Amino acid sequence: MGLTGLEIFKQLPKKNCKECGQPTCLAFAMQLAAGKASLDACPYVSDAAREALDSASAPPVALVKIGAGEKAFEIGNETVMFRHDKRFEHPTGIAIQVNDNMSADEVKAKVDKINKLVFDRVGQVHEVNMVAVANDSGDAAKFADTVKLVQDNTAYPLLLISGDAAAMEKALDVAGANKPVVYAADAGNYEAMTALAKKYEAPLVVKGSDLNSLAETVEKVVALGYKNLILDSGARELSKVIADQTQIRRQALKLFRPLGYPTIAFANNDDPIMESLYASTYVAKYAGIVVVNSAEPEHILPVITLRLNIYTDPQKPIAVESKVYEILNPGPDSPVLVTTNFSLSYFCIAGDTEAARVPAYIIPVDTDGISVLTAWAAGKFSPESIADTLKKLGIMEKVNHNKIIIPGGVAVLSGQTAELTGCQVLVGPRESAGINSFFKQQWNQ
Amino acid sequence: MAVTIAKERWTSKVAEEAYGPQGLKVGGETTLPFLHFEGEIPNRAVTALEVFDTEPKDYPDILKEPFADVINDPVAWAKKVVEYGADMVALRLMSAHPDWNNASAQDVAKTAKAVADAIDVPLIVIGCGVEEKDGEILPVVAEALEGKKALIGCVTANNYKSITAAANGYGHYVIASSPLDINLCKQLNILINEMGLPLDRIAFDPLVGALGYGIEYAYSIMERARMGALTGDKTLATPIVAFIGQEAWKAKEAKDADVPEWGPQADRAILWEATTATTFAIAGANIFIMRHPESVKRFNAFVDEAMKSNAY
Ligand code: B12
Ligand code: SF4
Repeated sequence: MGLTGLEIFKQLPKKNCKECGQPTCLAFAMQLAAGKASLDACPYVSDAAREALDSASAPPVALVKIGAGEKAFEIGNETVMFRHDKRFEHPTGIAIQVNDNMSADEVKAKVDKINKLVFDRVGQVHEVNMVAVANDSGDAAKFADTVKLVQDNTAYPLLLISGDAAAMEKALDVAGANKPVVYAADAGNYEAMTALAKKYEAPLVVKGSDLNSLAETVEKVVALGYKNLILDSGARELSKVIADQTQIRRQALKLFRPLGYPTIAFANNDDPIMESLYASTYVAKYAGIVVVNSAEPEHILPVITLRLNIYTDPQKPIAVESKVYEILNPGPDSPVLVTTNFSLSYFCIAGDTEAARVPAYIIPVDTDGISVLTAWAAGKFSPESIADTLKKLGIMEKVNHNKIIIPGGVAVLSGQTAELTGCQVLVGPRESAGINSFFKQQWNQ
Repeated sequence: MAVTIAKERWTSKVAEEAYGPQGLKVGGETTLPFLHFEGEIPNRAVTALEVFDTEPKDYPDILKEPFADVINDPVAWAKKVVEYGADMVALRLMSAHPDWNNASAQDVAKTAKAVADAIDVPLIVIGCGVEEKDGEILPVVAEALEGKKALIGCVTANNYKSITAAANGYGHYVIASSPLDINLCKQLNILINEMGLPLDRIAFDPLVGALGYGIEYAYSIMERARMGALTGDKTLATPIVAFIGQEAWKAKEAKDADVPEWGPQADRAILWEATTATTFAIAGANIFIMRHPESVKRFNAFVDEAMKSNAY
């Protein structure tokens, strides 16, 4: 990260042979520092120099790719402690656990539930990311059978949990090609586990009993030539996990390399409500992957929602395009609803209108993606901007009436908006949830 | 290789305040939330459950149920709230709202006094939310509550003068409310302080949003305010109040009984409120004003765990 041209130059062969396409080694070094060239262009760099430059230019938290195919995802590459400094890059992967003591039917039923944990929010699809399979039975054959059963029934990447290298080997025979996460290499088994992960190029979790033993084992695994790693400090109590997650991120940003990898945290708890609260906390507090037991939507939806919130770009609200949206094939009789182009505002009113089964036009005014009241306070949701938008989109020509509905929160705009637009302005409910009864009482009479 | 634990050297702390005749302590931390390994967190997060002085209009059934027998009697409701384990009672004077009963200052002050006398925990009094009306009623309430060391709000840039003067005179604390902007928050704390109310008699409310409804804005404001406080900005070092219940119970995910794809309402609604609370706990809030006793219970169980030592 952030080596200067001069620092890089010191590591180059200084032959000035131009084979890299640059006039001098120094010029090449400058290109490298600017990220405009790749070290591979110089045929003469020594292995030692390559190693030094590679690790110096590696990001503070390594990027790790999990799984294969359509549901593969990435974690890591984070650069900050706080989201107000810069956005958090890669949303936490959510893994739901099954184990090989469960019957085949139980496993299938739970995996079916997991597959259905897909939620539509602000126009995007949000879902969980992995299925974890734990070798609770201690039996290698059972483990491999369960892994196979899960793999056959889901497209999500797997997280294979066993401390027994022989069991892991059997499971990888079944699932290795899909790059599951191998959990875990510890001080006792790291040689065997590393060899297995390496064979399949699968991400490997290194597990410590504390931060020191974790860093030590990471160094041993790296010495074996494997760096596709995820960290588990071994902490399971809430306050220790918060401390360790914070330390690992701090150490990574200080470029303490043994801890420069994404993390995994276990929220598993017999009480699904506490589990959900822990999982949400670990999503906010730096976990790359969080593991839970519950596959019930009421416990998972809050975690997924918090992840969406924490990982949005603090500089850029999620916005929708300002255009005519048609809900349920509206016609000339249909109501015209005005809102802002903040995604959340639009999807609240669009969702509740659809739920009310009333065909309608929805017109989001471009307010730079801020909500109804915020935009009103900022002067961006005004009689003028509403009038301009209606005109620009020509919406009133599509209907045979003269009415628009504005959000109840901005009732004060109604008079002037009526004047500027020549429309009859109806003041809707404050909350979009009230739109159903509003239609019944004030539109369909 | 041994890891050299990275500890921030914070130079300052959040103001410590003590509410009610009981002296319930809040604030005083010298590090970020739950980082016990690098500083002191002398007092745990406190919860308050809301009590309306007149029957609330928008409570879904699941929220009415725990208070069904007391929902028309603020004194009985307040006692019930204490039984449920809230550290404080948050009395909301909605009857004063011009669109509700437009009750007079004297009327609401009488209720406030009756509630304060009936409970043995500190009282938070919240106005009706109309700035002008609150500017009229809260000074009278402050007088009626002399000696109760109550937390009174919300004070805004438009009505702070009358309320601050009364809170100062009668020995109370104020909640300073500003919309999600760290500079507005500082500014209001300074204005209130310039009227002679010490900073350690103010708690601030950054106007939070619920999980899924803008929670990330207040989350980041709180983190920034806490870092400001710990690096010596006294005008950001007042305890943080978060109106969790008011926001969480607006969310469809909490209110709607039947949305099959979201699962049964019971756990979902409780989690909506509790997750909103725990998220602000890890961002730095100190006082959590909530609505459902079960979410308070869950939140407290979370805080119990988070308050355990994590020293290295
Ligand atoms: C998050 C937030 C912000 C964020 C903006 C996030 C964003 N992308 O919009 C930030 C931090 C940037 C912000 C800034 C400000 N904010 Co602000 N903010 C909020 C907050 C906490 C939540 C807003 C939100 O996202 N709501 C969720 C969305 C979905 O709500 P909504 O758009 O209103 O939609 C609902 C309804 O209106 C309805 N609906 C939507 N469309 C339609 C259409 C029809 C036809 C109908 C019937 C209904 C309907 O459905 C939705 C769900 O019910 C509110 C307070 C609160 N808790 O509500 C204050 C609030 C909106 N902010 C406020 C203010 C004053 C400001 C600032 C001016 C303060 C400042 N710092 O200077 C700035 C202005 C920003 C600027 N200059 O650009 C005030 C507005 C004043 C007022 N009383 O109306 C509020 C109400 C806080 C307060 N109580 O004082 N804010
Ligand atoms: S190829 Fe290598 S040695 Fe030759 S000029 Fe470029 S950097 Fe220097």
